[in-house]
Amino acid sequence: MHAVQPIPLAQLRGVVKRFGAVTALERVDLELHAGQVLALLGANGAGKSTAISLLLGLLEPDEGEALLLGSPPRTLAARQQAGVMLQSGAIADTLRVGELLDLTRSYYPNPRSMEECTAIAGLEGLLGRRYGRLSGGQQRRAQLALAICGRPRVLFLDEPTTGLDIEVRQSLWRGVRELAAGGTSILLTTHYLEEAEVLADRVVVLAHGRVVADGSLEEVRARVSQRRIRCASALDPAEVARWPGVRSATRQDGRLEVVTDDAEDVARRLLARDPGLTGLDVSRAGLAEAFLEITREQPSQEAA
Amino acid sequence: MDTVAGSTLDRPRHRLLRSYVLEAKYEFLRLLRTPMFSLPTLLFPAMFYLLFGVLLNRGNPAAATYLFATYGVFGVMGAALFGFGVTVAMDREQGFLMLKRALPMPPGSYVAAKMAMAVMFGVFVALLLALLGAWAGGVSLRSPQWALLLLVHVAGALPFSAIGLYLGTLASGSAAPAVVNLVYLPLSLLSGLWLPLEMLPGVFGTLAPLWPPYHAGQLALKVVGMDAGQPVWLHVGMLALVTAGFFLLARTRLAR
Repeated sequence: MHAVQPIPLAQLRGVVKRFGAVTALERVDLELHAGQVLALLGANGAGKSTAISLLLGLLEPDEGEALLLGSPPRTLAARQQAGVMLQSGAIADTLRVGELLDLTRSYYPNPRSMEECTAIAGLEGLLGRRYGRLSGGQQRRAQLALAICGRPRVLFLDEPTTGLDIEVRQSLWRGVRELAAGGTSILLTTHYLEEAEVLADRVVVLAHGRVVADGSLEEVRARVSQRRIRCASALDPAEVARWPGVRSATRQDGRLEVVTDDAEDVARRLLARDPGLTGLDVSRAGLAEAFLEITREQPSQEAA
Repeated sequence: MDTVAGSTLDRPRHRLLRSYVLEAKYEFLRLLRTPMFSLPTLLFPAMFYLLFGVLLNRGNPAAATYLFATYGVFGVMGAALFGFGVTVAMDREQGFLMLKRALPMPPGSYVAAKMAMAVMFGVFVALLLALLGAWAGGVSLRSPQWALLLLVHVAGALPFSAIGLYLGTLASGSAAPAVVNLVYLPLSLLSGLWLPLEMLPGVFGTLAPLWPPYHAGQLALKVVGMDAGQPVWLHVGMLALVTAGFFLLARTRLAR
C-alpha cells in the first residue's frame, strides 16, 4: 500500500444511473490516474457515454458520486483542467475553425497557442474554413483541437474516430499519442478494439452497465485462455475442428487457422498428424477475442 | 501555485470579460451568416412597414408614425423570438449546447451572448425602420422622441428573448421555426402591431392587454402620444413579469 494515494483525475464511485426503467450503470467504479490512457470499452448501450456524461457533470448520478480532479464535475475550476470531445459533437456550422478555437481558448486560464493546437490536431490551412464545410475527418480534428486548446490535464474522448476511414483514424491516433506522451491523461470510449490496443495502457470493459473487466491490456487479454495457431498444412479444417480443445478451425488464404484453449496439445497433435507442416505460428488472442469472450460471459439482465 | 481551487480566483477579470464579448460576437456572426435567419429578421419588418405604413396609407404622416412605433416592436420581437427560440432548439438537438455545458464557459455566458445578439439585431431593425419612416413615411419627431422610441424598441428584446428561450427549450430544432411563427404572427396581430386595434373587432381590443407585445407596443406609442392612455407602470410591470417568468421557466427546463 502506498501511504499517499494521489487523487484520481476522474473517478466514479459506486455510481448508479437509471433512465426510467432502464439501468444504464449499476454500481460502477472507475478511476483515471495521472499519465494514464484508459479505454472504456463496450458494445453500444453498455453505458460508456453515460459514464463520460457523469464525469463531465452533464448528468447527475442517482447513487454514488462522480468526481473530476476531486471536485464535483460542474466546478468551473475542475472543468478548466478538462478537455472534451463528445460523440454527438455538432458545432455551429457557420463559424470558422479559427473562430471556434478563439472562443474556446478564452474559457481557459492558460490555453495553448493557435499554432500548437493546429499542429497537434493536424488542422494546418483549415483555420479560415467554416466548420460546416469541413469533411467528417476534418470536423473530428477540429473537435480534437477544441478539446485540447485549454491545455487540459485530463482529456475525454467519446468515440473519437467512429465513422472515419483508417487514414484519418491513424492521424488522430498520432495526435492522441503525442498528447499522452506529453503527460495528458486520457479517457476514451470506443468500440474499435484496435483503437484501444493502439492507444490505451488500461482497459475497462462495460457490459450492461457493469464493469466486467478492469486492468492493463495484457491482464484483460489474459482473461481468456484462447490462442490462435496458424500454419501451412494439408489437414482438413473440418476434421481439426472436431479435436478436443479446439474452438474453431478454418482455412484462410491457404493457411490453416485454429483457435484453441489448449495451444500446446493441439500444436503437438498437428505436428504429429502432418509431418509436412510448416510456418507454425502461435499467438495470444487479441483484445477482440478477449472482449467477445468477456462480454459473452455476462448474462444480459435487460433482455426481459 | 496553480492549485485546482485557486484557478478561479486567479482568473483575471478582463479575461472573463473577453470570454463574454467573444461569445456574443460569435453568436452574432453565426446568425448573420445564416441567411435564413438574418434576411427575414432584418428585412421583413422594413418591407411590411414600407407596404402598410408608407405605400398603402398614401402619405398620412400620423398613420406612418403610429405604424413606425408598432412595427419597430414587431421587428425587434422577431429578432428576439427567432434568435433565441430557433437557435436554442437547434443547439439542444444537435448537442452543441451539451458541448458548451461540458466546457468551462463562464456562467450565464450562453444566454448573455444570445441576448446581446438579439439587442444588436434589434438596433439594426429599429434604425432601418427609423430611416424609412423619416425619409419615406414623413414621420417627424423631436430628437428626444427618436432616442426614447429607439430605446423602447430595443428594450423590447428582453421579454421576447425570455419567451423565445423558453420556446427553444420546448421545441425540437426542426419544429422551432413553426412554433415561433405560431406565437409571433398571431400575437403581433392581436396586440395591434400590424394595424391599430380600433380597426379590428372590439373583442380584440378587450383581450389585447393579455398579450405581452401589446404592452411593448403601447409603450412605443406613448412616446409618440398615440397610446390608449394606460399608465406606464402597468406596461413595464407586465413586461418585467413576462421576462422574469419565462427566464425562470426556461432555466428549470435547461437545468434538467
